[in-house]
Amino acid sequence: MPQTLAQKIIARAAGRETVRPGEVVTARVDLAMIHDSGGPRRVEPILRELGVGLFDPAKVVLISDHFVPGDTEEGARILALTRDWAREKGVAFHDGEGICHVVLPERGHLRPGMFVVGGDSHSPTGGAFGAYMFGIGATEMAGVLATGEIWIRVPETILIEWTGTLSPGVMAKDIMLALCGRLGMDGGRYQAVEYTGSAIAALDMQERMTLSNMAAELGAQTGLIAPDEVTAAHVTAAGGDPGDWQGLRSDPDATLVEHHRFDAATLAPQVAAPHSPANAMPVTEAPETAIDIAYIGACTGAKYTDLKAAADILRERKLAPGVTLAVAPASRRDQDRAAAEGIMGVFEGAGARILPTACGICAGYGADRLAPGTTCLSSTARNFRGRMGDPSARVWLASPMTVAASAIAGRIADPREFLGQAA
Amino acid sequence: MTGRIFLLGDDIDTDQLAPGQYMRGGIEAIMAHCLEAVRPDFASSVRPGDILVAGRNFGLGSSREQAAEALKRLGIAAVIARSFAGIFYRNAINLGLPVLTAPSLDGVQDGDMAELDLDAATLSLPERGLTLQLDPLPGNLRALIADGGLVAHLKKRFARETGGS
Repeated sequence: MPQTLAQKIIARAAGRETVRPGEVVTARVDLAMIHDSGGPRRVEPILRELGVGLFDPAKVVLISDHFVPGDTEEGARILALTRDWAREKGVAFHDGEGICHVVLPERGHLRPGMFVVGGDSHSPTGGAFGAYMFGIGATEMAGVLATGEIWIRVPETILIEWTGTLSPGVMAKDIMLALCGRLGMDGGRYQAVEYTGSAIAALDMQERMTLSNMAAELGAQTGLIAPDEVTAAHVTAAGGDPGDWQGLRSDPDATLVEHHRFDAATLAPQVAAPHSPANAMPVTEAPETAIDIAYIGACTGAKYTDLKAAADILRERKLAPGVTLAVAPASRRDQDRAAAEGIMGVFEGAGARILPTACGICAGYGADRLAPGTTCLSSTARNFRGRMGDPSARVWLASPMTVAASAIAGRIADPREFLGQAA
Repeated sequence: MTGRIFLLGDDIDTDQLAPGQYMRGGIEAIMAHCLEAVRPDFASSVRPGDILVAGRNFGLGSSREQAAEALKRLGIAAVIARSFAGIFYRNAINLGLPVLTAPSLDGVQDGDMAELDLDAATLSLPERGLTLQLDPLPGNLRALIADGGLVAHLKKRFARETGGS
């Protein structure tokens, strides 16, 4: 029976030759990723109640990001508890080194073909590496940590094909906002999305991660991209073993529930109006909107590739009067690389505020939150009312390039106006 | 079970159910602010046994299960919606909160008294002379809810495995 990539990975994890969409199977996880918010503070009481330990500490990775830098009393207490738990359990622990979805592959934990659960809704990010990775809540994570198993309804596959080539000034984030607008936030129906096509193949791994990351905003369980030479080289460079990845692709005659085709060449930079990523429109059709805060942050929008793209717009330019640009790099390693290449210097030269490498304002857990009535343009994934700050704050979403261009203009602006011309 | 209906719209997200700024506190703080952005009176007026009826994609957003836990601790007997976001759906089942989809929820009004029959998968509105058919829960999920959620289910399993060895 021809199988999709999703079916192949799940069948292997379930100890089966093949699986059918719709059937419920029990699968063994290859890796479980947890963070400081849904991790130790939530799972340990359940593990105690069950009277069991971890199924395999070598298959658990803990990353602190939501309450970093611990700027509230409660946040600091949760971080302390997280550190104690990591020491006691002997799991791999990355503390304050960046956002879990970026740190996990950066440290070589992810390989093509793995079946992985993460205690965070943006866990589909791992799909960019050809791993079946999805998000679960804390109780379900405790169950996984206790047993190493989880039930899964084998998903149907929604193939999303982008042919052609993205134009200068257009990024993976624009693809995702356009898809949210076109398919809606439940368009993924908790099935597997698989991205394919020449425009996808041309993207580097961090841009591909943005696609898989925002499969969450499409309501899909995961967002897969079949591994290729780019994937294998990236995994190897991160210290991982890409393994035997060549067969990890959907069979040509596998059953697809939907097949959407788009032309990348005609895609313009996108923005999404408050309060939903589905309120997407080309930036050229956005109403005149003055902004108070430009935010480049999160696993979605502040990886090295995102920082570089934004800096290319900002170089030798200044922020518009009255506009605050806040930059929270997605990982320390990405920040260090950006600093070495002069990218962080571009942000500082433009007058940006550099925030700790953590979930920051996107999660809205810390002291830094949007003030009442502010308008923010953000490179993050979600603009739900009240998420990043006061419910009266208005958050628009865009790519890091569009955020940078708008920080210079003081209003929502088209990054293509700033391409290839000196300030 | 009988309760009063709270009727909500589409796309009720986890930031409305469990606002981020209260996530560092305990579940009581989250419960007190549950749904305040769309129903400021919700936390103060909800009573045990009440039923949430909503539109499409209920629970979209974060994986934070406090979104489901807050509803359960406030006494919500079940959430019935046109569709659910996947992670919220799993979280609710794992916490023993019944979540059911329905092909149509036409005719349900906010404040109606309703009777929910999980076995028959029906929602009856006696005042309106209306009985809505809900989509029955798959067997494995009904078993999880019947046990009281995943923790209770695993306790039973571990007890069985220990007892059998």
